[in-house]
Amino acid sequence: MTNLSVNIAGLTFKNPVTTASGTFGYGDEFGDFMDLGRIGGVFVKAVTGSNREGNAYPRMAETASGMLNSVGLQNKGVDHFIKEIYPRIKDFDTHIIVNVSGSTLEEYVEVASRINELDKIPAIELNISCPNVKQGGMAFGTVPAMSTEVTRAVRDVYKKVLMVKLSPNVTSIIEIAKAVVDGGADVLTLVNTLLGMAIDAERRRPILSTITGGLSGPAIKPIALRMVWQVHNAVNVPVIGLGGIMNATDAIEFLLAGSSAIQVGTANFIDPAISVKIVEGIEAYMQKHGITDVNELIGGLRTE
Amino acid sequence: MEIKKTVQDLTVVSNISLNKRHFLLELVAPEPLPMMLPGQFVQVLVKDSPTTFLRRPFSIHQADHRRNSIILLVQIKGEGTRHLSHLREGEKLNVIYPLGNSFSLPTTKKVLLVGGGCGVAPLLFLSQFLNQNSIRPTILVGFRTKEEVSEIETYAKYGEIFITTDDGTEGEHGLVVDHSIFQKDHLPFDKIYCCGPDAMMHAVARIAKMQEIDCEVSLENTMACGFGVCLCCITPTDRGNERVCVEGPVFNTKRLKWK
Repeated sequence: MTNLSVNIAGLTFKNPVTTASGTFGYGDEFGDFMDLGRIGGVFVKAVTGSNREGNAYPRMAETASGMLNSVGLQNKGVDHFIKEIYPRIKDFDTHIIVNVSGSTLEEYVEVASRINELDKIPAIELNISCPNVKQGGMAFGTVPAMSTEVTRAVRDVYKKVLMVKLSPNVTSIIEIAKAVVDGGADVLTLVNTLLGMAIDAERRRPILSTITGGLSGPAIKPIALRMVWQVHNAVNVPVIGLGGIMNATDAIEFLLAGSSAIQVGTANFIDPAISVKIVEGIEAYMQKHGITDVNELIGGLRTE
Repeated sequence: MEIKKTVQDLTVVSNISLNKRHFLLELVAPEPLPMMLPGQFVQVLVKDSPTTFLRRPFSIHQADHRRNSIILLVQIKGEGTRHLSHLREGEKLNVIYPLGNSFSLPTTKKVLLVGGGCGVAPLLFLSQFLNQNSIRPTILVGFRTKEEVSEIETYAKYGEIFITTDDGTEGEHGLVVDHSIFQKDHLPFDKIYCCGPDAMMHAVARIAKMQEIDCEVSLENTMACGFGVCLCCITPTDRGNERVCVEGPVFNTKRLKWK
């Protein structure tokens, strides 16, 4: 028997494969393609205090081994989430974790305290790393003192597992990670997208309406792996890694670098059943290498 | 009604070059084709093309339940579509389908279909569908030049066909909106369906509005996923930003907040 389950801050995931916020809708969009009960968890689309229309089109540019997006947290707000979306997703046979976003400290606190009331949501992921909103977002995730402050304010009102999603657009990921842990985070998820841009040389114009956007996909995987490795070695809270995971081998690399679980992001756009295939691939890897417990892989990188 | 979406490996039955820039790809399904409606699209995975990271969306040009196949009309635009143009009979293509909404069935028989360039793709499927509902539409399609004029005999089976070419080498000279059909004060149509370049759809929508004719357009915004989760392909509507891949690609122009 192989054990795929992992325990993260007291929460048991049936396996370490989850899906990244903003790439998996609210989960039910994938019902035609896969059984959500096969994966460890779903991080649903960002929820903010009120309705947001997001940025203007175009919001996406394909790049070498990746893509840029500048969606800008489009969502209908926390009231709509609680009334319309929560009832239809709360009984999925997997952990549903809400990505909490905002422009001000007060907005983060408000959304987190509202989500705290939802019985079937065992954790939130505080998004202090969105590069596509003018105010707040990434600003909270790139200045250590602000990272501590927003995490602490949310910690005061949120009683369940508090995860904080880090931005890679910083000089020292370790410094930010420590600041967030100081603020009371139970888990760190990293990395969000890298700030980038794309230009149409023929028209001499930026491709995105916002000029810059967030880069995701395999293009960022080496950076994400390095940051997960650094943070895993620097803090005493579990890390959930993401950034360009396209297959089971990528996922195993993140586990070895110190991720207790992984998030599949952009790959969902290309193969909507990829997360289940990654679960199967991790299991096959374990059998091939005679590993009976997936926890043996976590942080199992051999550097000697 | 919700149509179940599937991911399947379809097999190339034929790959026919229409001209230097366009080709027809017929793909047969391993299982009975799902129900599909005109206006819906497929998301094609292009393998072995390093610069093609995301899937490529294409309108369903024809769906043949007897042959259990779909036909895509593809314009060569970049490396991905060039790669597809080289596919041979028997090769497999991974496809997510059917995606998006569809053109609505008109309540009138006086219907005009307007297509430009590769935007004609969904209009063949639509004209077949209209025929099945006892409607024989007027079909106006625009091409760049005579060399690109194609499938006219096929369209002619389903409706009365008119063409324009940008250079005047066949049909009327100019853009589709310059065609004499549009030069009347009162167009003899109660419904217009349109697909093509943005400027063309805007121009047709303006004419439809002036003449108080109901008009639907099929948009082709760039998209990452194609099934509603990335929120990249949005267009502003009277209900806020809506997804072209789920609430569209077909929109009634009354609902669009075009600049």
